Amino acid sequence: MLQVSIYRYNPEVDSAPHMQEFAFDTEGKDLMVLDVLEAIKAGHDSSVTYRRSCREGVCGSDGLNINGKNGLACITPLSETVKNDKLVVRPLPGLPVIRDLVVDMSLFYAQYEKIQPFLKNNSPAPAIERLQSPEDRSQLDGLYECILCACCSTSCPSFWWNPDRFIGPAGLLQAYRFLADTRDTATDERLSKLDDPFSVFRCHGIQNCVNVCPKGLNPTKAIGHIRTMLLNRAT
Amino acid sequence: MRTISFDGVIVGGGGAGMRAALQLSQSGYKTAVISKVFPTRSHTVSAQGGITCAIASSDPNDDWRWHMYDTVKGSDYIGDQDAIEYMCSVGPEAIFELEHMGLPFSRTEEGRIYQRPFGGQSKDYGKGGQAARTCAAADRTGHALLHTLYQNNVKNETVFFNEWFAVDLVKNQDGAVTGVIAICIETGETVFVKSKATVFATGGAGRIYASTTNAHINTGDGIGMGLRAGVPVQDMEMWQFHPTGIYGAGTLVTEGCRGEGGYLVNKDGERFMERYAPNAKDLAGRDVVARSMVLEILEGRGCGEHGDHVKLKLDHLGEDVLESRLPGICELSRTFAHVDPVKEPIPVVPTCHYMMGGIPTNVNGQAITVDDQGNDHIIPGLYACGEVACVSVHGANRLGGNSLLDLVVFGRASGLFIESALRDGIELRESAQSDIDAAGDRLRHLNESSGGENVAELRRELQSTMQNHFGVFRRGDFMQEGIAKLAELRGRVESVSLDDKSDAFNTARIEALELQNLFEVAEATAVVAEARNESRGAHAREDFTERDDENWLCHSVYHSEGKKVSKRGVNFTPSTVETFEPQIRSY
Repeated sequence: MLQVSIYRYNPEVDSAPHMQEFAFDTEGKDLMVLDVLEAIKAGHDSSVTYRRSCREGVCGSDGLNINGKNGLACITPLSETVKNDKLVVRPLPGLPVIRDLVVDMSLFYAQYEKIQPFLKNNSPAPAIERLQSPEDRSQLDGLYECILCACCSTSCPSFWWNPDRFIGPAGLLQAYRFLADTRDTATDERLSKLDDPFSVFRCHGIQNCVNVCPKGLNPTKAIGHIRTMLLNRAT
Repeated sequence: MRTISFDGVIVGGGGAGMRAALQLSQSGYKTAVISKVFPTRSHTVSAQGGITCAIASSDPNDDWRWHMYDTVKGSDYIGDQDAIEYMCSVGPEAIFELEHMGLPFSRTEEGRIYQRPFGGQSKDYGKGGQAARTCAAADRTGHALLHTLYQNNVKNETVFFNEWFAVDLVKNQDGAVTGVIAICIETGETVFVKSKATVFATGGAGRIYASTTNAHINTGDGIGMGLRAGVPVQDMEMWQFHPTGIYGAGTLVTEGCRGEGGYLVNKDGERFMERYAPNAKDLAGRDVVARSMVLEILEGRGCGEHGDHVKLKLDHLGEDVLESRLPGICELSRTFAHVDPVKEPIPVVPTCHYMMGGIPTNVNGQAITVDDQGNDHIIPGLYACGEVACVSVHGANRLGGNSLLDLVVFGRASGLFIESALRDGIELRESAQSDIDAAGDRLRHLNESSGGENVAELRRELQSTMQNHFGVFRRGDFMQEGIAKLAELRGRVESVSLDDKSDAFNTARIEALELQNLFEVAEATAVVAEARNESRGAHAREDFTERDDENWLCHSVYHSEGKKVSKRGVNFTPSTVETFEPQIRSY
């Protein structure tokens, strides 16, 4: 029997959050964590609340704290996370909890919007596509694949302390995605907006973001590139 | 109940909805998107292989008319040729716009957008061999597209009601649509979102089947809302089963795998598509490939302990190609099939993937109803685009890569049309309070429910009924049994229980409402599937194995009132090219 412990908090009923225990029979199958949540919601308690959509690791809905580590419930198999038959599921840390496993992601999205996550190009668009060499395009690999699940930013102590001023790993990864795009002409403007003690420089390189990213991306490296660009610009 | 007013309201934040919203926002009209998930969680994100369009990158002589020919043939001749003409000819402009917005397409050595071969594609009207017409961002094209559209909506300050759920349509005394009742999922507040133009971009409903590539959220909410409001639906029997869903998990493996040179094998290691489609082989139409796979399995040549799937071989392509062109597939296969495609083939099985049918519309996205005499009438105030709509560019079978093109082109077209209509002035009479109350009936009923059955149990029953009675191959008596089971389910679904009546982020309530939408989709599918006494495209009958152009070269239209089925003519009059006459469809 798998012992499943789920963080519960319903603001209409509970004065404080608590953990609820479920005994769950996996029938020997190596399920994904999301399968377990779905089965509990379907068969045990329909009020257990979490987000989910694609169930294949591309939509980024079900970022959760699973046995102490942030990850996507739908692509985390029990065999990878469960030890001693114990599965503890909590909401992503550092953001306000709306209910159970659902957190308020407003601050996270606000940081994403702050970096102006859209291509800026001040030259008139050609009649066909803008040309870009495969080499230039490859600069975007490892950046554009971000699914905005927030696993990285909510594992980052600097983001916990300054979620309103430090852009956080997810936002900075996207900031660099546009800085690295040869089609974008707003490099200087983008760097100016990031050039303060908090936006970028609160990153202390501890790489929690890299350790948890379910897509295998490396925000720390991207932040390093932005730092270099900022420093080169200053000199 | 609070009322919030907009010039245009788009229900759904996937590719179609966000493309429509972008068009309207850019024009300065007050535009809102209601999305039950944060927009980048929409199912467009799962599209992999690409977006098919004759941008003449891979082949400088490529021609949108060849793409049109393929699409008409792929539709088994019940795609509307005026709509297909519009999509294929406007397509390149729509693709270049996306590139200008920043979509990170893969590139050719010349710096142009990379295009790969997909199923059903040809050069020179089927006479010039396989074409490579599908524009790709690796195998994450949907993700790249959806994020790019969201980003540009942020840029244009579109108003988003994220994690709001549209419950039902509000109409006025003239039968015009004046908006929707919607719930804020976070707080539970219910409001009337009033609009001069209400656009359904609610996507598909693959969750009516037990085995589907579709996300949990694909519950046919627009179809459900439409049918309850008396809006008809068209060609609902036409469901695409994608040849390559991962066996057991249902997750999609792109057709781009076969485009890049992969192929299907049976338990003997035979490349069996050579027998079924000697020319196109593994790149025949999806309906053809899916049926061939099922036949291989039925005839005892399936793989595995139960002989119930086949395998997709990719290892011969080499690690470099797989990691650069199909990195997402490698990831999905390792996660869900426990197979490394670099080393061994992926177990796959045909899996419900796409709803070709939907709310009938014209090329401007205006929803259409059909009267008893068979005449079309525009439903004032209501629009639809993307998978929920049936414009119809896919007819009885959609070609791979055409769904993303459909949603971009017709999302854009809907936006353009509404923009000009708003400029000309849209006058809709106010809905009476009784109209607004009527739209809230279903929700009220659910909130007051007690003693009904469990949502998950009913959903499972619905899904297994559809899976067993309305799958890849269909038979009259078996479908009638399925229809009887559904008839028995209806009352139980309508009186489903909601144990949790709380307001804050109550996903149990949303799932109950979604179940009722799924049911409407399932019933419409079942009734028209039983009625269409022929085999065409994705609709394969064991008891009517031939295509019957004399009686069924037409759309089916399903009316919720009386569960009536009628026929509607297919458009055969494109404006700039000659009609593509129906021919025997072979690959």
